[in-house]
Amino acid sequence: MKIKAKILDKKGIQKAIIRISHEILERDKEKQKPVIVGIRNRGEHLARRITASLEKITGGKTLFGILDITLYRDDLTEVAEQPVLKETRIDFDITGKKVILVDDVLYTGRTIRCAMDQLIDFGRPAVIQLAVLIDRGHRELPIKADYVGKNVPTALNEIVEVKLEEADGVDEVVICEKPG
Amino acid sequence: MNTLIKQGHVIDPANGRDGIFDILIEGDKISNVAENINKKTEKVLNAENKIVAPGLIDMHVHLREPGREDIETVASGTRAALSGGITSLACMPNTYPAIDSAREIERLKAIIEKDAAARVFITAAITKGRAGKEITDIKALKKEGAVAVSDDGEETQDASIMLEALKKAKENDILLISHCENKKVSKDGVMNEGVIATILGLRGIPKKAEYEFVERDIKLAGKAKAKIHIAHVSAKKSVEIIRKAKKEGISVTAEATPHHFSLEENACRTYDTRAKINPPLRSSDDIDAVKEGLKDGTIDVIASDHAPHGKHEKEIEFDMAAFGIIGLETSLALAIANLIDKKIISWKKLIELMSVNPAGILGLKNKGRFSAGADADITIIDPEKEWVYAKDSIRSKSKNSPFINRRFKGKAISVIVGGKVFEGL
Amino acid sequence: MALMKSLYARNRDNMTVKKPVIWTKKDLLGLEYLTKEEIELILDSAASFKEVLARPLRKVPTLRGKTIVNLFYEPSTRTRTSFELAAKRLSADVITIQRESSSIQKGETLIDTGRNLAALKIDIIVVRHNSSGAAVMLSRALDISIVNAGDGWHEHPTQALLDILTLKEKRGRVRGLNVSIIGDIAHSRVARSNIWGLTKLGANVTVCAPKKLIPAGIEKLGVNVTTNVDEAIQKADAINILRMQFERDEKKAFPSRMAYFKTYGITEERLKKAKKNIIVMHPGPINRGVELSAEVADGANSVILEQVTNGIAVRMAVLYLVSTAKKEK
Repeated sequence: MKIKAKILDKKGIQKAIIRISHEILERDKEKQKPVIVGIRNRGEHLARRITASLEKITGGKTLFGILDITLYRDDLTEVAEQPVLKETRIDFDITGKKVILVDDVLYTGRTIRCAMDQLIDFGRPAVIQLAVLIDRGHRELPIKADYVGKNVPTALNEIVEVKLEEADGVDEVVICEKPG
Repeated sequence: MNTLIKQGHVIDPANGRDGIFDILIEGDKISNVAENINKKTEKVLNAENKIVAPGLIDMHVHLREPGREDIETVASGTRAALSGGITSLACMPNTYPAIDSAREIERLKAIIEKDAAARVFITAAITKGRAGKEITDIKALKKEGAVAVSDDGEETQDASIMLEALKKAKENDILLISHCENKKVSKDGVMNEGVIATILGLRGIPKKAEYEFVERDIKLAGKAKAKIHIAHVSAKKSVEIIRKAKKEGISVTAEATPHHFSLEENACRTYDTRAKINPPLRSSDDIDAVKEGLKDGTIDVIASDHAPHGKHEKEIEFDMAAFGIIGLETSLALAIANLIDKKIISWKKLIELMSVNPAGILGLKNKGRFSAGADADITIIDPEKEWVYAKDSIRSKSKNSPFINRRFKGKAISVIVGGKVFEGL
Repeated sequence: MALMKSLYARNRDNMTVKKPVIWTKKDLLGLEYLTKEEIELILDSAASFKEVLARPLRKVPTLRGKTIVNLFYEPSTRTRTSFELAAKRLSADVITIQRESSSIQKGETLIDTGRNLAALKIDIIVVRHNSSGAAVMLSRALDISIVNAGDGWHEHPTQALLDILTLKEKRGRVRGLNVSIIGDIAHSRVARSNIWGLTKLGANVTVCAPKKLIPAGIEKLGVNVTTNVDEAIQKADAINILRMQFERDEKKAFPSRMAYFKTYGITEERLKKAKKNIIVMHPGPINRGVELSAEVADGANSVILEQVTNGIAVRMAVLYLVSTAKKEK
């Protein structure tokens, strides 16, 4: 794919993570002690980083979980590639908790809707919030992010690619042109 | 009507002929065979580059009439035979009712008279209703015109009854054809016993179900001093037993079907019921043994065991499907593909296996040869003709063949039955 | 997107890792027809479904709106129930049709029944039939998905899959394990499916049965064969004990249940000569005092009940995968 522009580099991503962590703590007026749940795949890695960051700042433990939304997708059969099913791991009770979902890119909002459906099957959280590294606009559902790393206006024929060391060997966010 | 067949490659083993000859037919008989015949005739067939053979004879065919006209009739079956280059066939008595009395033979003869396109000879039943218990009036059957007796499909399990039948057959100078299957061994088997049956989870039919009874029946024939003909030989050991018996001078002849030298048990691999046959398709050793038997004279005849079955009998679970496949229209082609093209036998041998020998075994004196005064039953073959065995062009009423859509090279293009010419097959 | 040209890619350490295999089959007819990678895909997916079964809300909406018909020509409570539960946990609609099977063909043919069901616009038929090849036949005749829940003596793929999953959980791997299958091998679809699955995954398989119940040519499938049960158990890491069906045993390999138990029954006494942590499996339902003693069935080595739990996860994985099968481009 043809890279059009680089939005964030390693340092930029690091800064975004730290800023989001601080924002989470600042807005936690009721001291609800948020739990962080990452949406596979890259949301998981970002969520881990945010959790580590929060623990560093607070000096305490933050609960962490992973969601695989494959079984909750509504466009299952229209997906170009067969989604690889991986495990969901929520080892704690989410009822009454403040859950912060984490994903890499917020686009149409459909992934987040699936994630919320799935989360609610696990229990009744008190509050669900959303943290994303990139918000690229073009929402198709009434969903908004509470914490955003960077707002990036995009065209529909563009793709935002988030690369993380844990999965791709490098930290960067780029905009590409859709092939074909 | 007179017909002249010009310049064909005439293969007439009974008369030692193998070369380019003209054949003159007058009325329903062969009148002359010579290198150049200049007589004016109503019809002239140019047989250049074609093989001209005495009409092919298939001595093991199931016509299904009376009783199962839904899957085949004398009319459709004989049309299918002509399409395969077969001018005479012998039909088996496992109809409904069975051909086990003079009256049934008479009735069938009337149908044949009316509807048959090829010549049909009748093999009658050994036991009443083919139940294996009471022997039929073999004398009367012979008198009414049966050429052989057989309980094909339901081998006479009781040795004493088989012995008695052989004695009666000898008394009346009629051939007994044996379908060798020890039902106590084959039981509910549905394909050859072996690793393929094991993989498929299907009950196997051990080879000894066949060769044990080949041995038994040959012994009994020896005892009764009667002729015996072993139907559809499939197993290597059966071939060996027959070879040995012949060496010992016992009057035994044998036949093999084209599918038993063309297909292995692996054809059943996808639960294809078009490969479900009795005796079953076997392994490569057995196929090689059958081919060797055809080559060295242990097996005298190629016969199709043409067994039509309806869709509702075949397109069901493998273990419940009927046994058998049609074969009249592919017999010659399979023999060409697997025996001639593979250089196992010559054309001369093939004509012996498919015309001369069956005529001899059934006692059809005026067939299988181009002697003056012999019946004008002739098969003209184009050995180079390429064709596809398409489902739509199958003449038989039933379409149960594993060879559908197969490409073949070599086909009968015309046949003459009693002087009547059928072209454009 | 073209099917993976290579099964391997490079990860960030530039080491080759296996690319995930894509499931392309609309049916599950038997383990004979699956590659090693496809079998592993089912097992890995099953692990995720086990997690679903551990949740307070044991349901996911994945197959919502899909209809699954259990078409059972043989009586079976456990497999049928397991498939029903699996379908329901995936939010599919399930209908069970219990048909009478007979040795003579009467009434509607299997294919006609299948066609009628397809005309009802259902998505998956889970079929159990007493004729080998029944599932294969149906899959040829119909465009909808067919899952084989046991056809005659041929295959029972989901049973073997749950057996292998249980083994994998207990030992961490299948490759190199010595597994002995003991019982009526000749008539067992469970044995055949296990042989395919285990050999493809690299286990060493031994089959053990009285001589009359060892099918022709079985050694050609890459298994060791013995009629001596002590020999079969001696080096085994796991044994899979098949149900002995005396009603069906027309080969009369054994005169009575007691005689079988004496020569082939797995007892604690017998297991003393085996490896200490040998895994004891049985597809169920068990005949206490025939194939195995009550003590062994309930003992520490037995994983029989875990097999049952794994059964639902495996069946959920299978139903999920055949529903989302991608045709190869």
